Amino acid sequence: MTLLDRSQGRSARETAAETASVETFSGNRGLVLEEGLIFELGQPGRLGVDLPDAPQAPNRLGGLARRGGIGLPDLAEPQVVRHFTRLSQKNYGIDSGFFPLGSCTMKHNPRLNERMARLPGFSDVHPLQPISTVQGALELIDTLAHWLKTLTGMPAVAMSPAAGAHGEFCGMVAIKAALAARGESHRTRVLVPESAHGTNPATAAAIGFTVDPIPATTEGRVDLDAFKAKLGPDVAAIMLTNPNTCGLFERDIREIADAIHGAGGYFYCDGANFNAIVGRVRPADLGVDCMHINLHKTFSTPHGGGGPGSGPVVLSDALAPFAPLPWVVNQNGSYAVLEQAKAEAAQSFGRLKAFHGQMGMFVRALAYMLSHGADGLWQVSSDAVLNANYILASLKDVFSAPFEGPCMHEVLFNDDFLKDTGVSTLDFAKALIDEGYHPMTMYFPLVVHGAMLIEPTETEDKATLDQFIAVMRSLADKAKAGTAEAFHAAPRLTPRRRLDETLAARKPILRWVAPELAQAAE
Amino acid sequence: MRYLPLTEADRRAMLATIGAPSVDALFKDVPAAAVRRAPVDLPHHAGELSVERQLKAMAGKNLVAGEVPFFVGAGAYRHHVPASVDYIIQRGEFLTAYTPYQPEIAQGTLQYLFEFQTQVAMLTGMEVANASMYDGSTACVEAVVMATRVTKRKKAILSGGLHPHYAEIAATHAAYGDFTLDSAAADPEGLEDLASRIDDQTACVVVQNPSVFGHIRDLTPLANAAHAKGALLVVVVTEAVSLGALMPPGAMGADIVVAEGQSIGSGLNFGGPYVGLFATREKYMRQMPGRLCGETVDADGKRGWVLTLSTREQHIRREKATSNICTNAGLCALAFTVHLSLLGETGFTQLAALNHAKTSQLVEKLKAVPGVRVLNEAFFNEVTLVLPKDASAVVEALAQKRILAGVPAARLWPDHSDLKNHLLVAVTETVTDEDMDALVAGLKEVLA
Repeated sequence: MTLLDRSQGRSARETAAETASVETFSGNRGLVLEEGLIFELGQPGRLGVDLPDAPQAPNRLGGLARRGGIGLPDLAEPQVVRHFTRLSQKNYGIDSGFFPLGSCTMKHNPRLNERMARLPGFSDVHPLQPISTVQGALELIDTLAHWLKTLTGMPAVAMSPAAGAHGEFCGMVAIKAALAARGESHRTRVLVPESAHGTNPATAAAIGFTVDPIPATTEGRVDLDAFKAKLGPDVAAIMLTNPNTCGLFERDIREIADAIHGAGGYFYCDGANFNAIVGRVRPADLGVDCMHINLHKTFSTPHGGGGPGSGPVVLSDALAPFAPLPWVVNQNGSYAVLEQAKAEAAQSFGRLKAFHGQMGMFVRALAYMLSHGADGLWQVSSDAVLNANYILASLKDVFSAPFEGPCMHEVLFNDDFLKDTGVSTLDFAKALIDEGYHPMTMYFPLVVHGAMLIEPTETEDKATLDQFIAVMRSLADKAKAGTAEAFHAAPRLTPRRRLDETLAARKPILRWVAPELAQAAE
Repeated sequence: MRYLPLTEADRRAMLATIGAPSVDALFKDVPAAAVRRAPVDLPHHAGELSVERQLKAMAGKNLVAGEVPFFVGAGAYRHHVPASVDYIIQRGEFLTAYTPYQPEIAQGTLQYLFEFQTQVAMLTGMEVANASMYDGSTACVEAVVMATRVTKRKKAILSGGLHPHYAEIAATHAAYGDFTLDSAAADPEGLEDLASRIDDQTACVVVQNPSVFGHIRDLTPLANAAHAKGALLVVVVTEAVSLGALMPPGAMGADIVVAEGQSIGSGLNFGGPYVGLFATREKYMRQMPGRLCGETVDADGKRGWVLTLSTREQHIRREKATSNICTNAGLCALAFTVHLSLLGETGFTQLAALNHAKTSQLVEKLKAVPGVRVLNEAFFNEVTLVLPKDASAVVEALAQKRILAGVPAARLWPDHSDLKNHLLVAVTETVTDEDMDALVAGLKEVLA
């Protein structure tokens, strides 16, 4: 069998018997249907759209018309709908079940938000229409900005970043610009705790900062002494995640903020975990200068299989003048957009993205905020933290918690309970899949060996948590009972069993190639 | 509160299990001074009906593109998106899924990403593509950064036909990153000579086709000139539908192609979310930023898909990563793939031909408007008009008549007084004969 054997995906007759007790002729298993690639399903002469004839008009392509085919398959609409519906059935989403993915905040995605984002007044408006014709869209951006500023206690917010990591870039450039304006461009070192999200050091490095790691204490928090020892005249900022990636609140956060400020640096807070404190604790009161907010996490815009995200950045007074373009401003009751670095935006560091930001995500986030209100958001953080601590309390006799004390919205265990069982953390996660759960985050944060990070979120009910807890305990019992083989074989009940990620990386196949072309290339 | 399922009884029982007297006790690590005793000063929760009313009131203050004759482009285009596209992307298994880190229960996402990568490679005429970027504008600067990595050189030449927002983003990254820019002056006539600017310090030349002014050019000579000096050619496409009619960048010698994919599958959405396309040659595969989906086999030897080559990414390489990008535009990529699957080879080329024919038709009709000059010899679906008056004022006057006539160049180049009479006009399949006649009549009236 070679990798170019493109039929292997559809004929499973020779393998079904090995893997399951029920063999089917088609390879389908009940409602889970085998499906080829879209390129294998087409047939010339079909159409999935009906287009009018083009009017008679001169061709003005200047002799640069495409020659030769593209290679796209032709299909009719029912085939396309069925293809993608079948694909959807091979996916797990938050609508399907519990998704305790730590650090990712997979909570219920209300459909009201989707309906609102599709109002033609938001979805069918061009970013470069005259400003006089988009006053409502600008009002929405301004209203969302007001909510974000109020919830964080910060005076300014940059709306355009397209995702959390883009927001990190935005915040760190604002810091670099502010340092340059102070005549302190020699500050090039950024302190990043070892437990940081991987995007933090990647962002700092992309902007030309040197990354200097800060170790963690045995309590899973920033080592304050090590941090203070690293402070100096060349330090630009600290990038801290709070609550941190061990699921813990950084108790010394005020002292960290004061120390970095005393040393002339800025405090960048990774706001990916804002979910834990939203409505209850304002980052401004913790001494933060700058923080991105993942709208898709805290404010439940759908993750969509990897995106789109949206990462507005709140800024202190010191950093606000450097915020990226464009700025939406309210002038005498009507909205204007500052798109150039002049007038009141003279110190802006420039543009990060075309147009005005992820408007569709803004609508969804604001719909979510209005639905919850200030009182509901207070309850959101309360319930998120309560749910995580309930899992901690219910599992800590079996699963070892590496750190003491209450956790915030996510709970961290390590894999000590699997010692000498022959079952790996990965095996354990794959076994959870057969039980109908999306696994927790594994092997992150890196500061804990065999980390398992569980985030229930506030939209799970007690019965769901109780069932999950029971499953976790039962799997731990099984592992200890010496059934390693069964764990190695997991998952067994999914559309595909354990996939060979090493092979994919060693011999990358990133696209489909027509069989005749693939053969010719050999 | 309808999104929060815990009852008061649940909360009490859970606190008892935890052994905590109250939820407040769970926040004991937060400095006491920072813990709020009451909710912040914002409105209280609201029901669906109330939220709908509030948001509809805002939406109602905007002039909706689909309700008026509409010719606005310059990087975002109004195309008809079939109903099936929105149906598919709203399926919960797609909409509410996370990044496919657990491939066994994410084959749906992974397979459409693999199909997306294949479609993007086909459209651009390149060998490989990634699983999407935030949008075209951010993909553009990622291409520049990648070119500096591939060539180990630090200078990028930007065409004066590049969308100014794209150029401004590159300028931001250059100012705070590790490369320099040589930016050409705005090129409204489409006659600039970039080849002569290339030297042995040049990492890449970035050129948009069709340009922001709508010009299309054969980029083969530019590619040859770049390659002769060891530089890469980065081709930017902001109107992806043009790839159905025009010679693909790959056939003209491009090394990296980035595009705004919004035209296929996504609405205007006031600027986002959109989807960035990114394609290159196979030999640069490991230098590509962003997510990649690859084919593999499972434990039974069945074909399947996984995220791959993640050693380039931030969670492995941290400060040495190819970029800090973590998310892609998964759902918009799905919309792209579903829409393009509905179109197919036949539909996509027909759609492109329809866009071009309608634009050509409008250009013919504009001959009836005294004083209006069309700058373009060759174009796809967007042209630049030179008006006898300030274009911003003309656009505003037409907007008052409920005609959205295009983008005044002054919106994009406010400092270029020589462009203040220039107007960018885009035509897609959504424009009717009546719309064109309304624009022609409106222009006649406003210019009279």
